[in-house]
Amino acid sequence: MTSSGAIQIKEFLIEKVVKNYSGLFDKATASTLAQIKREKVSRPVIYIGMGTCGLIAGADKTFKAVEKYLHEKKIDGELVSVGCLGLCTAEPMMDVQLPGKTRISFQHATEEKVEDMLNAVFHHTLLHENAIGQYRMPLTEEWPGLTYIDQLPFFALQRRNILRNTGIISPLDINDYLARGGYRSLFKTVLNYTPEKVCEIVDQSGLRGRGGGGYPTGKKWSMALNAGSDQKYLICNADESDPGAFMERALLEGDPHRVVEGIAIAAYAIGASKAYIYIRSEYNHGLLVLQTALQQAREYGFLGENIFGSGVNISILIRQGAGAFICGEETALIASLEGKRGTPSEKPPYPAEKGLFGHPTIVNNVETIANIPSILENGPAWFKSIGTSGNTGTKIYSLTGKGKYSGVIEIALGTKLSDIVYSIAGGVKNGKKLKAVQLGGPSGVCIPPSQLETEIGFESLQEIGASLSFGGMIILDEDTCMVNLSKYFMEFLQKESCGKCIPCREGTKRMLEILEGVTRRPKEENSHETLERFKGMVQLENLAAVIRDTSLCGLGKNAPNPVLSSLKWFREEYEEHIFDRICRAGECHNLRTFYIDVDLCTGCNVCHKKCPENAIIGSVKMPHFIIEQKCTGCGICFDSCKFSAIFFK
Amino acid sequence: MDELVSRILSKYPPDKKEGLLPILQEIQAENGFLTEEILSGVSGHLNLPVNKIYGVAAFYNQFCFHPRGRYHFQLCHGTSCHLFGSSTLLGELEKHLKIKAGNVSRDGKFSLEVVACMGACSQAPVIRVNETWHTHITPEALCKIIRSFKDKKE
Repeated sequence: MTSSGAIQIKEFLIEKVVKNYSGLFDKATASTLAQIKREKVSRPVIYIGMGTCGLIAGADKTFKAVEKYLHEKKIDGELVSVGCLGLCTAEPMMDVQLPGKTRISFQHATEEKVEDMLNAVFHHTLLHENAIGQYRMPLTEEWPGLTYIDQLPFFALQRRNILRNTGIISPLDINDYLARGGYRSLFKTVLNYTPEKVCEIVDQSGLRGRGGGGYPTGKKWSMALNAGSDQKYLICNADESDPGAFMERALLEGDPHRVVEGIAIAAYAIGASKAYIYIRSEYNHGLLVLQTALQQAREYGFLGENIFGSGVNISILIRQGAGAFICGEETALIASLEGKRGTPSEKPPYPAEKGLFGHPTIVNNVETIANIPSILENGPAWFKSIGTSGNTGTKIYSLTGKGKYSGVIEIALGTKLSDIVYSIAGGVKNGKKLKAVQLGGPSGVCIPPSQLETEIGFESLQEIGASLSFGGMIILDEDTCMVNLSKYFMEFLQKESCGKCIPCREGTKRMLEILEGVTRRPKEENSHETLERFKGMVQLENLAAVIRDTSLCGLGKNAPNPVLSSLKWFREEYEEHIFDRICRAGECHNLRTFYIDVDLCTGCNVCHKKCPENAIIGSVKMPHFIIEQKCTGCGICFDSCKFSAIFFK
Repeated sequence: MDELVSRILSKYPPDKKEGLLPILQEIQAENGFLTEEILSGVSGHLNLPVNKIYGVAAFYNQFCFHPRGRYHFQLCHGTSCHLFGSSTLLGELEKHLKIKAGNVSRDGKFSLEVVACMGACSQAPVIRVNETWHTHITPEALCKIIRSFKDKKE
């Protein structure tokens, strides 16, 4: 594209689209817009999902392979890198759109398979087996015999609002966002509404914070707006550090301008001229995308001084976190931004009164912020129509674990957990039985199958001990040991405890010790430790209650959650570990004793070769034996035996 | 070293404490790790005691005080990776690399780090060696990877 062409497009988009409140266009504008949105293309366009998960699966290699293919076949095509569509199990993903045809999606588009796929598409022949669906595009002809993306089980029950552009538009091109109505809300807000009015609209919409206790966002903003101070700050909390939660990363990488626009509106609403994005240090790719987005927004005049000639100044700075779980807590985050150790402080005073550098500060998480532009564009009534009363809007989750499909999803509040597990995730893979759904990672809870009829909502989740702020949803099958999982979470929390208050610092350590005792190898135990193990269960419950009631911040208050919830629903597993010394899932290596069934063993010698401890003896074609004293219970022999001759007790 | 520190420090206003983390991050990105000299250089610029700076740097997981190995192994130990057996992988890594997590081998060839979550949960378990990702790792695949690095002539 020539530079004058780029300027023309920029002016067209700002004048005809951003400044057009109604969203209704004349024919000529609509036609140009369709071209920019690539609803109608004149040459083939190939889209590659280049979010972090795609890149890990090899999307960059796919990109190069496609580039080479186009060059060799002398095809004049456009190659666009997009964010993650959310279906992580299908990565790397490639979409192809031929002129006059709808856009189709391919899964597992690895570099070796790309040529086959593209050959099939370009010759309009039978579609490749990896084609999973096509997009709805009214202006073009559909591919026969291919389902629509929105009919796939993974997408059918989703209600994609804030994720509607991710995986579809180019995150590196502001024009893509503008052509879909981007920054129109900011323009409308800054020129037409007073900050009070914005707070009122957001309050009417019923939007509640997605990151913590679910406080109404509009009310929180009013508090900061009414706090008398000449300097205020808005902080967008993108320090998503729960292991297993990456939905905000997908949003930032796939549709960064939605977040930038939301921040600008929020900053205007509370009267802040300076905003920070505190992004997790591991999100290198997200950081890059965000930096580009901010740069473009500044060039287009949506950020900076006197935006749209209104006299409003808004600047956004990016700060990288430094790998501390606790910095997801707002007061700890503020301390970290001030250049101190990220330890939380007591509330009140709330940050809305006295926050960053002692000035009123609002901390909102990425998801809350991303909802703002669409609320201002479509009005509070529209937002209220999604979800249930008191629980309006949608919620994004990262769905992982032993489900058939995993990825990032967005559902309307009020959806049942069972719908997510059985419809969106497609149930448990390999025909195993569902044991539980873990919601929220280390500070979250385990939900047994009997509670899956619970609706997603603030109060309904609270009833089962969970919270809407928990974004990681992990499906556990029968092979998961709840005690081992609790121990894993406790290890994480113990390491990440900031050390400021005693209940959390010492309590998590003691809880971990109890869990370690419970899973210790029976042979290595002395009499005193046996007594400790027997007392473990009572002590766990007592300790958990003390930690929950007396810790300073949310991290500590929620730290006993995994143990308490698994004790509540899976108590018999703890009892088995403590009294019978067995682990039914076989995950606690120390409690396993392996044996070889002499009738089934064919003497293939595989286990003998694989055993890292040389604990298996036996000659070829003769039954083998395990020397109990040498066996560490790693289970490598169990996994490698083709004749199911190895079993454990 | 001095030149690097003063070049980075000149970008940040003196006495502004909030610049501490970005300064340390930028220095570490270029130098790979932090040293006592670096911390005292930063201390002079920000007018903060060295022990305060050390306290901050030691608090965050990101900062390290020794150089990494030439082959830096990062094992993801997120919930999903845990479910798919990353604990076994950790044992294997420690055994074959002959170092504990968080350490560097004596010849400086290998270092091992356990990371909370890399966000590649659908491809668990994952490890990263320098900039290369390996997904759906099994103990056997891991042994092969380690062997390939051990055999590498330098």
